[in-house]
Amino acid sequence: MTDSRRVVITGLGPVSPFAVGAAAYRDGLYGGAVGIHRIANFDPAGFPSQIGGEIAPDQFAVRDYVPKSYRKATKVMARDIELAVGAADLAVRDSGLTTLGVEGTGERVPADRMSTNIGAGLICADLNELAEAVCSVVDENGQFSINRWGSEGMQRLTPLWLLKYLPNMLSCHVSIIHGSKGPSNAITCAEASSLLSIGEAVRIIARDNADVALAGGAENKMHPMGLMRECLLGHLTTTHNDDPAAGCRPFDRDSDGTVIAEAGGCVVLEELSHATARSARIYAEVAGCGFTFSPYRMADPEPHGAGVADAIAAALADARMTPDDLDLIVPQALGVPVQDLAEARGLATGLGARASQIPTWPITPHLGNSGAALGAMNMIAAAMAIHAGRIPGAVKCPNPDPQYGLRISGEPIESKFRAALLTGYTIAGQNAAVILKSVGQVD
Amino acid sequence: MSRRRVVITGMGCITPLGHSVPEYWDNLMAGASGISRTELFDARTFPSTFSAQVKGFDLQQHIGPVGLHETAGRNTRFGLAAAKQAWEQSGLHRFEQLDPRRVGVYLGAGEGSLDFQIFVDSIVATWQPELRQIDTVRWAKIALETMDAMREHEQGPHMPSAHIAAQFNARGPNFNCLTACAASTQATGEATMIIRRGDADVMITGGCHSMIHPFGVTGFNRLTALSTRNDSPQTASRPFDATRDGFVLGEGGSMVILEELEHARARGAEILAEVIGYGSTADSYRITDIDPQGAGGALAMEFAIRDAGIAKSEVHYICAHGTSTTENDRTETMAVKSCFGELAPKIPVTSPKSMLGHLIAAAGVTELIACVMAIRTGTIPPTKNLNHPDPECDLDYVPNTPRKADVRVAVNNSFGFGGQNDTVILRRFEG
Repeated sequence: MTDSRRVVITGLGPVSPFAVGAAAYRDGLYGGAVGIHRIANFDPAGFPSQIGGEIAPDQFAVRDYVPKSYRKATKVMARDIELAVGAADLAVRDSGLTTLGVEGTGERVPADRMSTNIGAGLICADLNELAEAVCSVVDENGQFSINRWGSEGMQRLTPLWLLKYLPNMLSCHVSIIHGSKGPSNAITCAEASSLLSIGEAVRIIARDNADVALAGGAENKMHPMGLMRECLLGHLTTTHNDDPAAGCRPFDRDSDGTVIAEAGGCVVLEELSHATARSARIYAEVAGCGFTFSPYRMADPEPHGAGVADAIAAALADARMTPDDLDLIVPQALGVPVQDLAEARGLATGLGARASQIPTWPITPHLGNSGAALGAMNMIAAAMAIHAGRIPGAVKCPNPDPQYGLRISGEPIESKFRAALLTGYTIAGQNAAVILKSVGQVD
Repeated sequence: MSRRRVVITGMGCITPLGHSVPEYWDNLMAGASGISRTELFDARTFPSTFSAQVKGFDLQQHIGPVGLHETAGRNTRFGLAAAKQAWEQSGLHRFEQLDPRRVGVYLGAGEGSLDFQIFVDSIVATWQPELRQIDTVRWAKIALETMDAMREHEQGPHMPSAHIAAQFNARGPNFNCLTACAASTQATGEATMIIRRGDADVMITGGCHSMIHPFGVTGFNRLTALSTRNDSPQTASRPFDATRDGFVLGEGGSMVILEELEHARARGAEILAEVIGYGSTADSYRITDIDPQGAGGALAMEFAIRDAGIAKSEVHYICAHGTSTTENDRTETMAVKSCFGELAPKIPVTSPKSMLGHLIAAAGVTELIACVMAIRTGTIPPTKNLNHPDPECDLDYVPNTPRKADVRVAVNNSFGFGGQNDTVILRRFEG
């Protein structure tokens, strides 16, 4: 069966509020860096929550991550696309592969053996750009005129306006830059997008439709609409406006909500023998994936975490593992108490007694909830932990609440991690679990 | 070990040409048009004043009390009704041994729409022309008072697949991909792969989408992608015709039930067709243009044919993406020729969009249903409004009247902005 082809991670590309690039991201995670600040992109004073994980302009400019010949195309990139393009460039460079856009070592990956799977969120049009056009057709009574919009107002928008905001443009730009002509997909399942995208890419390589895949996700929630949507749902902390760095504290006694962010995360996935043939550095193998749905309400996770537990069971079966084989958990860990509780219950059901014994390492305290990028940011951290054999003490969870039953250590842990479990979910009911294992365990 | 086979056991649709598969098919056969003046908003002064709208649709008539779906958007509502039809046709609603963990959903659904008036009012009230900026402090106050949390939340492209999974207690893998106009064909292909691999026995797949709203039409009009033949909406969509000037924006939702063959056989289900091949590629050319040789589309067909393990000579019908834009129809023609070589002129290639309009994310699966019907009825739906041959489009497009043909294998193509290409191949089920 072609499905027996094994898939490993050979490149990591994080673009995050506290660090850009694999080395800086690792240093930031292990050094306790936090990228959550009072919002600077716009004046947040009217919002209940006024903090977020923004990437400062001097930390990231997309033009530094595209070939010169492609710079013109950055004009049609929403921020979400820029983050994906940056993350993919960093991941490819980290892997040492040669693509159309990046000169690495060795021969270029054949175009039809490359796949692109970048998850995306609901991309928001730039509010000021749209507002300027909309407000050009306001009548004398201060009312917007749809008829004048149709005849003249819309002309103020750039002809390519729509193309900036289509969620498949993340994958499409990346496929053009890197010369990837194989399967291309754009999973749009909110916070679960990255894990689902990476899972799909793993399947594409496993079934022999590609040898290399660029997979992950990117999203920018750091705009007024993004902040407003989360405020309306009541998911954000409103008590840390004066102490942003302590804002995202999943599984902590003093957590009262999450923090929004922007980020892009990409990993290079590679068929095992393809990677070993070029003596690539292998961070970890993707050993198993499980994806499920748990019906409940449309904006609250099922309270017992049944879908998360089902996903864990499916991922363990796929990896031919038991909970005893796992020794690290990187959960979604949003910091919304009702969601944290559902996720923790899912972990407890899925892992039994092991759930409270295995170290749990939440990544979100460093950067907040980056939506479609979240799972990739977590996976990059997990792959680093497996590769480095240690995790730092958890930041911003000074008082883990015992009701969650998880082992969150404030101290660093040195361990030869054999395998790590990642979990993710959407509040509408999609769930994902992915298991990474050490290549030391490759048999 | 031979691979698991995947068959279609149910279909449903809500389209501008009808609110059920039989009605949709009858209208395709009759050469009817689903296109008329836009009534969903005042589009009088827009460059395109017409569209392919779903009319007279009420979710409750399809699923009864809407309950959990009270806040669902228009796209989701189309999807739910289509899924209900498909689910009942499959007979799975009567199958007591069904394991919900073995039932998944994979949609290529579009995003929902915002409340246009509330959004526009909020920015008009807070625009600061001298600063060329919204006053976000005042905007936040207004938005907090006027915007609805669920209306915003329901715009997420993952919401239709969540609603459908909740409605049918589908606890297996749940995905949404939004690869523009290729989305629901891609979803069907990937759902097939999930069953083949053994991660589910049943998948509800398809798409639903509506972009017939002011910003949706604005986006496509700015791209000059839409036909502006405002004096003749019903003949505006004219794929492969020399006088074509763009596509006609449509809306709707279509769903099919995919099932592992032995699972379907064991419960005595009627098998409508078999899904035998899937190919997905990226043009990797330019964001704004299709590869001028149609190379990406050709490669998707090649991949799908290889996956199906058939000879190219076995293909009897190609249901084209056929949007009626100058660029698509020319490059798709080149792609078919490049893939099929000297066989190309002998294969009927038609575009249901000539009557249906372009359902964007929902287009692919709606046209896949036409392929199933072509296989089952031995009739190929025509390409309507094709009266002026284009020298660059020189295949057999079956102009204007349906054609009897023994269609055993049908190829369904969908291509999307940015260079997404997806092909799914169906075969008559013959045991």
